[in-house]
Amino acid sequence: MPLWFFVFLAALSIISALGVVLQRNPVHCLLALIVTLMTIGVLFIGLGAVTVGFLQIIVYVGAIMVLFLFVIWLLNLQAMPANSGHLALKLLGAIGAAALVAELFAFFTQVPATAPPPANPPADYGSVSQLAIALFSNYLIAFEVTSILLLAAVVGAVALARRAPADTEPRIAQTETRAAKSEGW
Amino acid sequence: MVPASYFLILSALLFTIGVAGVLIRRNLIVMLMSIELMLNAVNLAFVAFSRTFSSADGQVIVFFVMTVAAAEAAVGLAIMIAVFRNRETVNADELTLMRW
Repeated sequence: MPLWFFVFLAALSIISALGVVLQRNPVHCLLALIVTLMTIGVLFIGLGAVTVGFLQIIVYVGAIMVLFLFVIWLLNLQAMPANSGHLALKLLGAIGAAALVAELFAFFTQVPATAPPPANPPADYGSVSQLAIALFSNYLIAFEVTSILLLAAVVGAVALARRAPADTEPRIAQTETRAAKSEGW
Repeated sequence: MVPASYFLILSALLFTIGVAGVLIRRNLIVMLMSIELMLNAVNLAFVAFSRTFSSADGQVIVFFVMTVAAAEAAVGLAIMIAVFRNRETVNADELTLMRW
């Protein structure tokens, strides 16, 4: 990957990441996040990790972001008032973030990997077969545990998002508006 | 070829933006998005190291991080729907029931 291409992608990802934090409308935040994640996927491919890069684009942009978008639409969050919060908290957050970035810069400029990585990786680097061999030999147990994790997540998500049974009234002050609204669900 | 440290610095910047998002924003969905951003910044560092050492291990870790991120997004969004159903808000400042 030539340097100018990296700089372009890095600038794009940082600008869109700032968009995630600074946009008011959650849908705009989500669109900025999609741009960031796709840029990171392209960076993966540029690094030679082709399989992981395509997985990134398919899994994140294709699945997770659509889930976010559905939830934003379901909850009708565009109508939400602009984010509130105390100014002191924001100031403190910005100072903490600046301190963190300074610290990470100090670490990463000391890292011995400043030399360019080997120009010619192994021929099968980043291929499906290389990933699969590692996944099903060294990481087999972790891979199997992942399936249990996903099963637990699916069951938990369904159990949490399921409508409460009719006998348990939702704990909310204005019950009338709530009842009127729940007709539409 | 781009030095690996450039990727690490980009990863640090993206991670910091994610941290700032969690600290500054009060909308639970945007906070969850910022967490996704942090996870991806770490993934970028993993892939950069994987390339530097010509090893598949970093990519396998990225695979696992993606799986955990998917599970986390599913459960987090389900919690958010449940919270919204009960409280009609996703503002973290108004969800103070468990605050000491």
